[in-house]
Amino acid sequence: MREITYVEAIREALFQKMSEDETVFLIGEDIGVYGGAFGATAGLIQQFGEDRVIDTPISEAGIAGACIGAALTGFRPVGEIQFMDFVTLSMEQLVLQAAKIRFMFGGKAKVPFVLRMPGGSGTGAAAQHSESLENWFVHVPGLKVVMPSTPYDAKGLLIASIEDDNPVIFVEHKLLYKIKGPVPEEMYRVPLSQSHVVRPGKDLTIVATSIMVQRALQAADQLAKEGIDVEIIDPRTLRPLDDEPILESVVKTGKVLIVHEAVKMAGFGGEIAARIAESSAFDYLEAPIRRLGGLDIPIPYNRNLEYHAVPQVENIVEEARNLAALKV
Amino acid sequence: MEWTTLVESEIFQPDHRQLIEELGETRLREWVLEMNIIRAFEEKAEDLFARGLVHGTMHLSIGQEAVAVGASAAMEDGDYLLNHHRGHGHCLAWGSDVRLMMAEFLGKETGYCRGRGGSMHIANVEMNNLGANGIVGGGIPISVGVGLSIKKRKTRQVCLTIFGDGAANEGAFHESLNMASIWDLPVVYLCENNQYAMSMPVQKAFNIRYISQRAAAYGIAGVTVDGNDVLAVYDAVRTAAQRARNGEGPTLVEALTYRWKGHSKSDRQAYRTRDEVKEWQARDPIHRLAHLLEMSEAEYEEIVKKAQAAIEEAVEFANASPEPDLSTIMEGVYA
Repeated sequence: MREITYVEAIREALFQKMSEDETVFLIGEDIGVYGGAFGATAGLIQQFGEDRVIDTPISEAGIAGACIGAALTGFRPVGEIQFMDFVTLSMEQLVLQAAKIRFMFGGKAKVPFVLRMPGGSGTGAAAQHSESLENWFVHVPGLKVVMPSTPYDAKGLLIASIEDDNPVIFVEHKLLYKIKGPVPEEMYRVPLSQSHVVRPGKDLTIVATSIMVQRALQAADQLAKEGIDVEIIDPRTLRPLDDEPILESVVKTGKVLIVHEAVKMAGFGGEIAARIAESSAFDYLEAPIRRLGGLDIPIPYNRNLEYHAVPQVENIVEEARNLAALKV
Repeated sequence: MEWTTLVESEIFQPDHRQLIEELGETRLREWVLEMNIIRAFEEKAEDLFARGLVHGTMHLSIGQEAVAVGASAAMEDGDYLLNHHRGHGHCLAWGSDVRLMMAEFLGKETGYCRGRGGSMHIANVEMNNLGANGIVGGGIPISVGVGLSIKKRKTRQVCLTIFGDGAANEGAFHESLNMASIWDLPVVYLCENNQYAMSMPVQKAFNIRYISQRAAAYGIAGVTVDGNDVLAVYDAVRTAAQRARNGEGPTLVEALTYRWKGHSKSDRQAYRTRDEVKEWQARDPIHRLAHLLEMSEAEYEEIVKKAQAAIEEAVEFANASPEPDLSTIMEGVYA
């Protein structure tokens, strides 16, 4: 199969949905001739014109509001927040309006839009351009939260997100934009709320999100050489969460390590751990549930400090190795 | 009509005689009834609360009825409405069924929002009423999307967006009016200036004479009207809506009015004097229209009774309606 990058997969999904559905339009900062800060929308304004690729002033609340209002009245907008950090300026519209409109109005309205945003560290952009804030949204009923980890999922999940009738927070990762992977040329969907067994294994389960899936895969290759067979599960959609494959995997392996880039404190890993602990899978645990997440600090500028602020391949290898060695 | 976008605008004065002639006395008598229905709804809401029959809070619009009725009358079928937490009047004036509103207010399954929204979140999506809003200024960014949507569909619809003086000091106001202006969106921004953002008087919260002067900063038309003069509100909003329909972009209309009651049910009104309230009550917007129409006292009383009867019927309907079934509590979160 043809291989393209993650950012190309996103662009292809946007292009194909916009070609097929006239109600889809893009709105955000510098997404037109600039092509988006990370190039996700490059060339689309030439294809679709400025009525469907709308450059906005620096107005994140306005972008979110524009998505909501257009979605309420028949469109399927795809907004872009240039860096996930800036979504803090849209929070009222997303949390108090988009997430609640349908419920507050007794189920009589729908708000189908996608808000794309790149999160994550590793680019030297420091504390205000490197946040991983997905769990803020995971805590809000009415929103969906999607985090693709591969080019294949990026395209399929974005198409499914645009077709979904709810507000979807679509979290991309800056370091993933350039990774390559097999992506079909035709349109396809990766259904939302379907966790994915990325790598089957029998000794240990790693639940990872976004870039940590890629790091877990590298860790698994190293661990395989040591005779440790790791199963990796990518939830892909964090809300609503499909926890069945995770619980089934824990029953099979008896050991689980949860890895995400976001700060560990009150992070998504806590929810996964709690669901395992509350379920019958708990009886099958042969060791304590372990979590790896970002340190309890903002992302530092210095290259070495930044590197050590979030889980890396060697941290996953070490944690998994220790966990695998634990005997009941 | 030429509206100034200069720094010192004056309060716009409509031609009352001409408007009365144009609208006809029959229609204007309907407006007297509509304003009385709003007032009766609010008085009943307060009464139900005082008797412990509703829970939560509410924001009453008594004294502001002319803004709701004048603005709604200026809009056409198919137009959109976004309004604010003191929104019972707007919703009623938009043509909503008072029984379904009362049912929502009492949290009943038959209410507009199946009892999930309540006083602050009444919407009637079928009539393009996209809802009241519990967040000050919360509806203003949404108007940008509705305006974009209208423009994309190339219809002649307009989005009426009503908010208060407090909302004009939210950041969302700035972002949204600028976006609406640069894209010439068909939106009428109606600032219902009732003199107080909860306890903060406009004199302390603004260093400009009229909020409509802010229109100049966005390069759009702005005008201030007497919000207790229903004909003035109608005339200004209609003109603004026509401009929007003609592709001339958004307008900021400020309607000067006054809330007779406290901000919400917890308000002891320590920030204003009784004399001030009385002064504004003397400018009762409903009496003013009745006076313009030279209505007799008997005729007016008859209308008041008719309004109260409609509200009593609505209360009966709401009381007879079922509560939402607990088994449905999870419904409506996702489509």
